[in-house]
Amino acid sequence: MQLIFERSKKGRHLSLFPACDVPAFELDAPKRAEAPKLPEISENELDRHYTELAKHAQGMNDGFYPLGSCTMKHNPKVNEQAAALEGFTMAHPLQSEADSQGSLEVLKKATDILCEITGMDNMTLQPAAGAHGEFTGLLLIKAYHKARGDEKRTKIIVPDSAHGTNPASATMSGYDVISVESGADGCVDLEKLRAVVGEDTAGLMLTNPNTVGIFDKNILEITNIIHEAGGLCYYDGANLNAVMGHVRPGDMGFDVIHINLHKTFSTPHGGGGPGSGPCGCKDFLAPYLPGVTVVENDGVYSYSKSEESIGDMKAFYGNFLVVVRALTYLLTVGKAGIPEASQNAVLNANYMKKKLEDIYPMAYDVTCMHEFVMSLEGMKHDIDVSALDVAKALLDRGIHPPTMYFPLIVHEALMVEPTETECKETLDHAIEAFRSIYEDAKNNPAKMHMMPMETPVKRLDEVRAARTPVVKYEFEN
Amino acid sequence: MGSYVPNTEAEQLQMLKEAGFESFEDMLSVIPAEVRLGRELNIPEGKSELEVSREMKKIAAKNKVYETVFRGAGAYKHYVPAVVTTIVNKEEFVTAYTPYQAEISQGILQSIFEYQTMICELTGMDVANASVYDGATAAAEACAMCQERKRHTVYVAETVNPQTLSVIKTYGFGKDIDVKVVPACSGTTDLAALAEMMDSESACFVVQHPNYYGLFEDIEAIEKTVHEAGARLVMSVNPVTLGTLKTPAEYGADIAVGDGQPFGLGLAYGGPYLGFMATTSKMMRKIPGRIVGETVDTQGERGFVLTLQAREQHIRREKASSNICSNQALCALTASVYLAAVGPEGLKEVANQCVSKAHYLAAKLVEAGLTLKYEKTYFNEFVTECKCADTIIDACAKEGILAGLKLSDTEILWCATEMNTACEIEKVAAIVKEVC
Repeated sequence: MQLIFERSKKGRHLSLFPACDVPAFELDAPKRAEAPKLPEISENELDRHYTELAKHAQGMNDGFYPLGSCTMKHNPKVNEQAAALEGFTMAHPLQSEADSQGSLEVLKKATDILCEITGMDNMTLQPAAGAHGEFTGLLLIKAYHKARGDEKRTKIIVPDSAHGTNPASATMSGYDVISVESGADGCVDLEKLRAVVGEDTAGLMLTNPNTVGIFDKNILEITNIIHEAGGLCYYDGANLNAVMGHVRPGDMGFDVIHINLHKTFSTPHGGGGPGSGPCGCKDFLAPYLPGVTVVENDGVYSYSKSEESIGDMKAFYGNFLVVVRALTYLLTVGKAGIPEASQNAVLNANYMKKKLEDIYPMAYDVTCMHEFVMSLEGMKHDIDVSALDVAKALLDRGIHPPTMYFPLIVHEALMVEPTETECKETLDHAIEAFRSIYEDAKNNPAKMHMMPMETPVKRLDEVRAARTPVVKYEFEN
Repeated sequence: MGSYVPNTEAEQLQMLKEAGFESFEDMLSVIPAEVRLGRELNIPEGKSELEVSREMKKIAAKNKVYETVFRGAGAYKHYVPAVVTTIVNKEEFVTAYTPYQAEISQGILQSIFEYQTMICELTGMDVANASVYDGATAAAEACAMCQERKRHTVYVAETVNPQTLSVIKTYGFGKDIDVKVVPACSGTTDLAALAEMMDSESACFVVQHPNYYGLFEDIEAIEKTVHEAGARLVMSVNPVTLGTLKTPAEYGADIAVGDGQPFGLGLAYGGPYLGFMATTSKMMRKIPGRIVGETVDTQGERGFVLTLQAREQHIRREKASSNICSNQALCALTASVYLAAVGPEGLKEVANQCVSKAHYLAAKLVEAGLTLKYEKTYFNEFVTECKCADTIIDACAKEGILAGLKLSDTEILWCATEMNTACEIEKVAAIVKEVC
């Protein structure tokens, strides 16, 4: 494919702006030496360029997307319509509260519903992504210990199965990370946890169901161990889609959480963002929340900010239009739809797992929640076909591969998350694809290394990209 | 109403059976009873699409939409070409995940590579990342990039957008970074104070150009002072200025950051916007976030992949340069399409019209009785003084005009862009004259 710069031709342009209707003002400020080499292109060419790029992208509408831990569920169209309403898109963030009652209502309603779903007392919608929500939550924990003069708490405990963002967020919050090895069942090893907990424990970060897709039965004991030591419990909401409406993080003993509106609450991923990672907490942490929270009095909404607030995680109120989409979803599915979604997410995962486990060994042979992890260690050892090879073979069958090589505690891992919005036929088709790939691998393992064969480009040289980085287009003079 | 679950009850029952369960309850029995909710959620009943659509319209209508906007302060109303909206609404872009599987994601990867190139062209820097959350978090991430063992104090100009300062301080609270504010003198950084404050423990100085009050800072002098102290210069820029004005690279900045919202992103009540970051090749491996690089496939064909991932959280975990995972990819795409649509001439035109209209607005407001607070060079924002800011803002609002932002009882921060016509400017001046 041509780059947009290669389509550029000097002198081509769109006719966008009228002539300036006020006297031209010549600015007395240093100018750049030469104009930026931006594309010069007609509207037709511009349109075709991006249509070509779109054809080389895989969206939710292009096929099954069982990317573990990412909850690629259907993105309802009515959400998009709501987010495109002029009242939202044209509202200036620094309009007065009186002029912004619609926006404040969105923020308040989303906060209230999400607090009820998670069992939290208050929430900030300011964080722009899941990792940003984690960072926010850890800063609340830090502010809490600091306010109590309890400054010896320097450690955050993270299981070795955790998402990479957890330890990275802990470091950004100034904490040392204590990684706890998971037990043979993929869950928290209580003895190992007890061994690392102490007076220096600031908190624990955990997701439940965990990253291997299992609900940790000992959850109350785990959160209790941390609380008894004076630490706080942080819930990573990446896997909330498995349990919403059935279990609430707040009832499992968690003090502070983040959720991903772009996973659980159906807002699209945009090729990597924008997402939204609201951070909720129990009352005793609420004074430290960043940004502003909305309060309602007799139908009038206003902002409130505590003097003990940690400050701001980003400008304004978060990725507002993403919140609009999530609220639209919440109003649509309502109290019955939320648990219905999660139980069907769990069912779809268990159904696929059952239909594959005779040939693809599961990392843990128990009932899974919304996702399951297969280990291709045996296949790799026996016939030198890896998780990567199987993933790449799926590409030729029009299926987005599962998450590969995560969690780190499972060798040759493929993590499959079908979500509740996939129908039985899609699951059956994917099961068939997995099974036929298995047959192909057995019959001709060497060929598996050449997959994919049907995609616009073949396997790419990642080592070369990292060793000799070319990270922008090099123009010819 | 409904949950977007396609399977019928009969199918669900059949699947439960095939998966080895008697019922949903049986399947969910892996969750201990003592943590189960055991009741319905206390949230509204679900509604049909038509009802929800009506409800959201009703809520949106409670916001006042101003046809005429003279307020900026970090969120700017610019023209969004029709082609931009059409292209970024393509569902392949909207609904894709992060391009982990390069073979089926060349469209997304190439669009990011093109975006990185455009940001490098605008700023003059060597390398740009695929975006961060917004301009404020970009500045905060830049401060983290400048941390060294013996250099950990961050200096921030008092004249940056207050939200940028707040975010830098909040991020700084995490790593216990000392954030010091360099005072201003007549609306721009006090150069003498800066020289006095910078020392051998200074990591960087963050300056916004044009600053919160719309004024240009003396970057040449600042650059000299900052680099003489061995610290790094972080420049936060309004990217519209880069259509004509000297680039961060030409000024000798180490990191250029800013918010790409003016490039095709609506006001959207504050987000999603676009944080851009660019730096020198020397600091390439310290920049946070995704980066796309060019490579070849097994057939020797050009292709693109996520690269330099050894910096990132999923590889380095607690040693990563940042925790960022999701970014603002679709907003970066929006900015790219915008920049391609306007081209170099169009961007220059936007910049020139912003300048001309802001200066015309200022002249008219002065004629109407306001005083310019600072007699310094400004881009498209400026501060006026008057007896009562509220009177002016209220009078404008009655006429459907969003006046500038009240900074104090007597000060207003105004903004003009290519969207404001001569007629609108004359109208606001007439209103001001009447109430002033």
